[in-house]
Amino acid sequence: MLNNLRLPDFTIPAPLTRLGNRLPQLPPTLALVTTLNLALGRLIPREPLEMLIGKRFTIRVLDAGMTLRFSYGERGFRPLFDASKPDLTISARTRDFIALLAREEDPDTLFFDRRLLMEGDTDLGLLVKNTLDGIDLPRFDPARLTPQELLHRLRARLATPHNA
Amino acid sequence: MSALLELVCPAGGLPALKTAVDHGANCVYTGFRDATNARNFTGLNFDDASIKQGIEYAHQRGVKVLVALNTFPLTDNWLQWTAAVDKAAAFGVDAVILADPGLMEYAKRNHPKLRLHLSVQGSATNYEAINFYHQHFGIQRAVLPRVLSMAQVEHVVKNTPVEIEVFGFGGLCVMVEGRCALSAYTTGTSPNCQGACSPGKAVRYEETPAGMETRLNGILIDRFGQGERAGYPTLCKGRFEVDDETYYAIEEPASLNTLELLPELMRIGVSAIKIEGRQRSPAYVTQVTKVWRDAIDSCRRDPEHFKPTAAWMAELNKVSEGRSATLGAYNRPWK
Repeated sequence: MLNNLRLPDFTIPAPLTRLGNRLPQLPPTLALVTTLNLALGRLIPREPLEMLIGKRFTIRVLDAGMTLRFSYGERGFRPLFDASKPDLTISARTRDFIALLAREEDPDTLFFDRRLLMEGDTDLGLLVKNTLDGIDLPRFDPARLTPQELLHRLRARLATPHNA
Repeated sequence: MSALLELVCPAGGLPALKTAVDHGANCVYTGFRDATNARNFTGLNFDDASIKQGIEYAHQRGVKVLVALNTFPLTDNWLQWTAAVDKAAAFGVDAVILADPGLMEYAKRNHPKLRLHLSVQGSATNYEAINFYHQHFGIQRAVLPRVLSMAQVEHVVKNTPVEIEVFGFGGLCVMVEGRCALSAYTTGTSPNCQGACSPGKAVRYEETPAGMETRLNGILIDRFGQGERAGYPTLCKGRFEVDDETYYAIEEPASLNTLELLPELMRIGVSAIKIEGRQRSPAYVTQVTKVWRDAIDSCRRDPEHFKPTAAWMAELNKVSEGRSATLGAYNRPWK
């Protein structure tokens, strides 16, 4: 059942967007780069990303008032503290970023619909998009995120000697 | 009526291939990660490991894998293209989709058992041309350019032993396939030889107070107002000032959708329907494959009463480029 659920269309209300704009951007940026670094070399292959080395990125989550700035280098992703011009900026609403990650929406569809904007070096954007699209993941399944399922997986993981 | 109308779906990577197989494609067409195919975009396509996995996955489930080698080699890079043919044959693909006659001759000589399809890039629009490729190189299927009316498609089918594949859904362009020089004129890169129309390195999008601007190699080709649907950054779909008027001077972005023509395509004996979009994501492949599988099955059960459902049309319109879906040249009353 849960497998067939489609992400509803939602926009974070404007007052919260204004609040988000005033909050420090470092905690969400740290959360993002930590997640990316954990995935690097495991889920996300390093080799195709060589073109990204030394590049600066900005992700704007429009309705959450978030602007996340980070760069990519030999040692992975790290947050950026200055607001100088990024090489690539990707902007969309929270809902659409989630839908992209869940492979529920196609980025070109969102682009045609003006819900996804990619400014700066388009080729870097294509590389990111196509690398993510090429990762062979099991389909995002919300059923795998229930507390029972998570506990079950944690137990299984602890019982395995190799946590690879 | 053709016994089996094959559904041919696009895959720019392994997840797209798997989802096409899982949702009912009969064939999945792919490309290697280089200029040997006409969707040579950064990060797209299959490396050796992923194409091998893809072929295994598809074959276990009775689905064919085709490899597009449909760009035109030049004398200084000829060996890269022949190596790609050798690789496709060695990996056990079900067919290669070729446009270049020299490459067809190479494939026929060196891999006599390899099935050859004539790419849309070969731009063969009449049965004489298709039969020529059949007689000389043994091509077994031809993909028709999107410029023929239904009556013309039927005329081709009736006069050739070659299986005919037509486009059923996806983006349209000026359709001078294999010979279009617009991208090369603006960016120096053509789909015909380098495999990319409007390569990412030449494209820039920018949100400005006047709207979102699309530039190709620095040239402003379109500006989209608030809420106006955008299209791919190709010269043919740009808006230009002509006699003090700014409009789509070459063509308006639109998508082909031939769902309602399915009974007719089956009746005239078309062998396969192709879905455009190897550059798109697995989400698109899932959505479009599902709809077309349902539609083909429904049409096969009862062609007399076949009518596309509103849900199918809504799903296809959602992923379409441009403001409109058209029947293209199929529905042209004139010849």
